[in-house]
Amino acid sequence: MSITVYVPGDSGAIALGANQVAKVLLQEAEQQGLDIQLVRNGSRGMYWLEPLLEVMTDAGRIAYGPVQAGDVKSLIAADFLHGGAHPLKLGVIEELDYFKRQQRLTFARVGLTDPVSLDDYLQHDGFRGLKNALNMSGADIVKQVTDSGLRGRGGAAFPTGIKWNTVLNTASEQKYIICNADEGDSGTFSDRMIMEGDPFVLIEGMIIAGLAVGATQGYIYLRVEYPHAEQALNAAIATAYQAGYLGDNILGSGKRFELEVRLGAGAYVCGEETSLMESLEGKRGLVRFKPPLPAISGLFGKPTVVNNVISLASVPIILDKGGDYYRDFGMGRSRGTLPIQLAGNIKHGGLVESAFGLTLRELLYDFGGGSASGRPIRAVQVGGPLGAFLPESQFDTPLDYEAFAQIWAVLGHGGIVAFDDTVNMAEMARYAMEFCAIESCGKCTPCRIGSTRGMELMSDIISGQNPAKNIPLLRDLCNTLLNGSLCALGGMTPYPVLSALNHFPEDFGLDDQADAAA
Amino acid sequence: MHKMSLLCDFYIPIKNMLSFAIDFRCQIDLGQSVFQRTPHSEINMTEPRALHEAVHNAIATLKDQPGALLPILHSIQDALGYIPAESIPEIAKALYLSRAEVHGVVSFYHYFRDTPPGKHTLHLCRAESCQAMGGKQLEEHIKNRLGIDFHQTTPDQQISLEPVYCLGMCACSPALQIDKEVYGRVSTERFDALVSELEASL
Repeated sequence: MSITVYVPGDSGAIALGANQVAKVLLQEAEQQGLDIQLVRNGSRGMYWLEPLLEVMTDAGRIAYGPVQAGDVKSLIAADFLHGGAHPLKLGVIEELDYFKRQQRLTFARVGLTDPVSLDDYLQHDGFRGLKNALNMSGADIVKQVTDSGLRGRGGAAFPTGIKWNTVLNTASEQKYIICNADEGDSGTFSDRMIMEGDPFVLIEGMIIAGLAVGATQGYIYLRVEYPHAEQALNAAIATAYQAGYLGDNILGSGKRFELEVRLGAGAYVCGEETSLMESLEGKRGLVRFKPPLPAISGLFGKPTVVNNVISLASVPIILDKGGDYYRDFGMGRSRGTLPIQLAGNIKHGGLVESAFGLTLRELLYDFGGGSASGRPIRAVQVGGPLGAFLPESQFDTPLDYEAFAQIWAVLGHGGIVAFDDTVNMAEMARYAMEFCAIESCGKCTPCRIGSTRGMELMSDIISGQNPAKNIPLLRDLCNTLLNGSLCALGGMTPYPVLSALNHFPEDFGLDDQADAAA
Repeated sequence: MHKMSLLCDFYIPIKNMLSFAIDFRCQIDLGQSVFQRTPHSEINMTEPRALHEAVHNAIATLKDQPGALLPILHSIQDALGYIPAESIPEIAKALYLSRAEVHGVVSFYHYFRDTPPGKHTLHLCRAESCQAMGGKQLEEHIKNRLGIDFHQTTPDQQISLEPVYCLGMCACSPALQIDKEVYGRVSTERFDALVSELEASL
């Protein structure tokens, strides 16, 4: 009887040497006549332990990590195939504190299963939500999603059920479901992990969305920077077609849903939903005016649901266990769980899925273990390049959309990037303007011109030129960007810029916050 | 910034701008000569037959898809490494677009390139998470080691250096990608080892 060994095929694990580990393991097994079956699972999300190798034993799945190719021989010598002792032995993953304290709903299968095995997916509760949905009316499906309190996980936090309801109630021969997989925010990788580690859950979520609103065509707009996700998605989609989950007769129901992956081409702004649709239509990714809302006139002018990967991947469990089950997690108006990503200068970087309500401090220290460099954490940026920088005094803020809004910050896609005390916040503010200038689609003036002027202004401020004139000018410019931009790219670039200025005036050559406000 | 310079990037001689404008409005095909450019280098330029084949294949297999332009451009770049200016009239004709529209799309997206890349392309992440882990120092080291800046190719045409804004490796920063392979926690030493490997394989 062969022994199952898991070496992640997640690109984060590959980036740390998982492919070499897998290769050496197979070579050694063959040479030594060991009967093993290698599964390339997703990542458990503990990247400081990657490549994390697991072996199925009588005592459960025993983990070893971080394993490099050079460790394989000694692991075999220590009889890791039967859970033997070794300096890299971690024990059962589910019993590690980092994992035990999480509530994994959307990520329930990630790291556990073979991502492209339909059997594995089915054995771990897969497609149960879809089977329920096939026996429900569109309106009933939408009601479950509305009851769950799910809000868009891409960053805007718009209630998913309300969006779906609009599309459901807009009559059209053709409607579309678009999955926004253009995960461009620095510090975020939960979409990537789902797509690489459990692609079927996204496919299931999109089929359910199609049934709910009456859409028969789905597109996953995937960023080109994610080739491993593309591979996993295409493999899973092909399997889903073969097994009758996709196509013109879903599980014999007579209902239809087609699904295709489309690649972006390195434009950050295409994560904005209207720009994304322009791109899907084969055009430059220029942001569209709203209204009309995409739910009424979206892709090719038809009613379109545009949802983030995590939003759609959260739908199957809602349809499986009911909207109430999901809603019982969380706090305030932030219901359910949020896959939080710990990134940047952090000791224990990775994915933490938990109900809303954890504080930044708990995440940074209890989960994250402090900075990777061992120096004090001076600032964190939450919510990607358009998110505010938060100083230590705000680390007790709970992760909740409204609590973040109150301190003029955003949760966004749940990415947290930590910086130690070597960071220069004026440089970060300059970078925020530069990023906006590089990525601006160019349609609206505040963003197109303002970002370049902002970059120049920040350069002047950094070189100490006339702060009395330039600081107010920067604030004025940010005000124009905030209020005059067409989309969140220009509209939110002031978040990192002004939060850096307000919380870290000393980096801008100012004595205190009063000077910064002047 | 990159995008700001697009207009000047458009280095078609002025006398041809007129025919370009006509093309935009009336779809008059004035022949390929209008779009001929001086090659950057004799090395790496795609042979006409390979070019024709890649463009023809992409168009034949993909043109009937809704929103076919990006898939076609991806297919050509996958085959040739870039999207030659000479391919634009053919794509435009197949999709009933003006050449200006096709060029506009190629130049809008950072990933599409209109010059041949080096044998290997190195994408270095410039985003915040990597910056928090010494990404800027790594960037400086790489530029010095290769002797080139972003958007440039080494004189021996072996390595092109491009910036990228997030590879999704934020829990193992700093990160870079060489061709389709990703690498995390890249120290300057690890980078040197990677480049030595590349150079040895050339």
